[in-house]
Amino acid sequence: MRSSSRYGLRAHHLAVFVSALFSVWACGVNEGGPEDPGEPTLSWTNPGSSAAPFPSGQGGRYGFGSPASVTDIAVWDIDISPNGAGLPSGGSTVTEGLKVYQKKCMACHGPTGTEGPFDVLAGRVPGDEFQFAEDRSLRSTVGSYWPFATTLFDYTRRAMPFDFPGSLSDEEVYGVVGAMLFLNDLLPEDAVVDSATVAEIIMPARDRFIPDDRTGGPIIR
Amino acid sequence: MRKDGKKIPDASEGDGEAPPNELRTVSRRALITGAAATAGSVMTVGAARGLGIEQSSLDPTRVPGERPVEVGSRSPFETPGKQLSGSAGGSSRTPHHELHGILTPADLHFERHHHGIPQIDPTQYRLLIHGMVDRPTLFTLDDLKRFPQVARLHFIECSGNGGAGSRTDANPRMSPQAMDGLLSTSEWSGVALATLFEEVGAHSDATWFLAEGSDAAVMSRSIPMEKAWDDAMIAYGQNGEAIRPEQGYPARLFLPGWEGNTSVKWVRRLELSDRPFMSREETSKYSDPILGGKARLFSFVMDAKSLITYPVYPDRLTSSGFVEISGYAWTGRGVIDRVEISTDGGGTWADAVLQEPVLPKCTTRFRYAWDWDGRPAHLMSRAIDETGYIQPTLEQITDVRGPGTRYHYNSIRGWRVNSNGSVEFQPPA
Ligand code: HEC
Repeated sequence: MRSSSRYGLRAHHLAVFVSALFSVWACGVNEGGPEDPGEPTLSWTNPGSSAAPFPSGQGGRYGFGSPASVTDIAVWDIDISPNGAGLPSGGSTVTEGLKVYQKKCMACHGPTGTEGPFDVLAGRVPGDEFQFAEDRSLRSTVGSYWPFATTLFDYTRRAMPFDFPGSLSDEEVYGVVGAMLFLNDLLPEDAVVDSATVAEIIMPARDRFIPDDRTGGPIIR
Repeated sequence: MRKDGKKIPDASEGDGEAPPNELRTVSRRALITGAAATAGSVMTVGAARGLGIEQSSLDPTRVPGERPVEVGSRSPFETPGKQLSGSAGGSSRTPHHELHGILTPADLHFERHHHGIPQIDPTQYRLLIHGMVDRPTLFTLDDLKRFPQVARLHFIECSGNGGAGSRTDANPRMSPQAMDGLLSTSEWSGVALATLFEEVGAHSDATWFLAEGSDAAVMSRSIPMEKAWDDAMIAYGQNGEAIRPEQGYPARLFLPGWEGNTSVKWVRRLELSDRPFMSREETSKYSDPILGGKARLFSFVMDAKSLITYPVYPDRLTSSGFVEISGYAWTGRGVIDRVEISTDGGGTWADAVLQEPVLPKCTTRFRYAWDWDGRPAHLMSRAIDETGYIQPTLEQITDVRGPGTRYHYNSIRGWRVNSNGSVEFQPPA
């Protein structure tokens, strides 16, 4: 943990907030940023209540809430990480996936994933250039913009098809993910799709993303 | 005794609480009709003159007033409304030009959903916190409400706000609602996320957490732990009442100053981790393409921006002379330091007055006394925040990010006042 200064840290943040509020209301005029609250003190007061005491429960905790079991967690723990963590077992094929796509996706995303009426899913740019900032007419697609195929699995399973969200079996999700990758020329038509396929495929846009470098101050980025 | 000879009912005849039966059952229509008859005997309806108003039978001093009702409503003469869009997930915009001060009435708060508004029974609500914690925990809504409460005024703005106004071919007949309606301000109350993370024993090497909603999009965003230790909260109150369903009932994550999408509504799960999850909403969407074949990830903070809300399209100034230019300014980086106004298209700038309170990560109302000479003018506002950031022009932004960049559309807006008093959107040249 942020260890010994855990409460101190919180005290510090609350103090910043309280002092900011105070300086604004008290002075009437805003003269720049919040004042430095100085050394954090151990006895903090909560801005919402008068003199909230330290938690009196066991181990310095309030003791509210109940333990979540492994079973509880499993019901909701659906996210997939870029390294493939969270991908279920099993798999499917592009061929099977195209059948699911035609039945459950095509009406909204078009026969080849390019026709709409909703989000354009397929399409690559020659040389996989990434000129979205230069050319505002470019539409971002799975093949041209998405950095990870794991995201495609995660999103499709949680949110699609739009009219029956969350209704696909894991096998169907593997299939349509394969179909979308095929429609973007990222998998051959006879490919098998499983956790290894989804975790290992290198998406054309993978290295296009950089951290936010805006910092405030006079420079416009 | 009343004119009609009936005894005025005395509250003591009833239960002392409820209005007397006789009055309670009389309908408004009956009261008005009755009053008209009474008034008619004193004055000829519509005949009186003076004050420049109609001395009608509806003279409110001659009609018994309405009884209180359990839930109030606006004057029937005031009909502000959200502007709805056709977006598949659902969105609506706040009518800035019809509001005063900084607070947004909860029923006029903007919306941007990715798959509609879920209906959640608060007794069935659970918040699960797990992952890199000592004690994975389930909190009920009542559990959350038992923790010390924090309450703060903050804006929330969709990072896609202002897209329509950030085009060189923008429609001049655009109100601030149509252009920047995805911004609202409320008092949010709830529990500091730091309190909850302390409670579950967050691991010191956890650097990110996933926030997930229980809407049909199962909205998910990765958030750096620093924000939790700073000022994040799980909010269940908005402007004094329970958060509205459209804003995340019964509880939402609230991240002051950050792009709205990260304040995940209807939040059901927080998973602590040592890396971001790269969800669709932080890669395919809400990432900002910039020049050089790149896109910015996790562009959380909303930079300083200001918006004139009077005079704007569709207002029409009726005469020259005093015009109070007014609007709001806000920044996700702290407090607004200054707002400057130009009435000559950016040639000269002068300070507006900031209306108290000036709060961090909150809209600040500004006012500027303008003496309009009746000739065409070009109004602009620009915000300067406590970091010294000056709200840029569209050109400054597209110079560094490119014309196709998306999100974070905080460029200076401009309003052309024509000599006939009509006002139209016109960004700086
Ligand atoms: C009823 C219409 C509809 C159907 C059917 C549908 N979708 Fe969608 N899809 C949408 C809409 C609308 C969005 C945009 C949602 C948003 O932005 O929040 C979307 C977005 C997506 C995206 C994200 C695109 C991007 O660039 O971010 C993917 C991937 C996707 N759908 C895949 C699928 C798959 C696979 C199926 C079939 C299993 C499917 N969709 C069925 C309407 C539909």
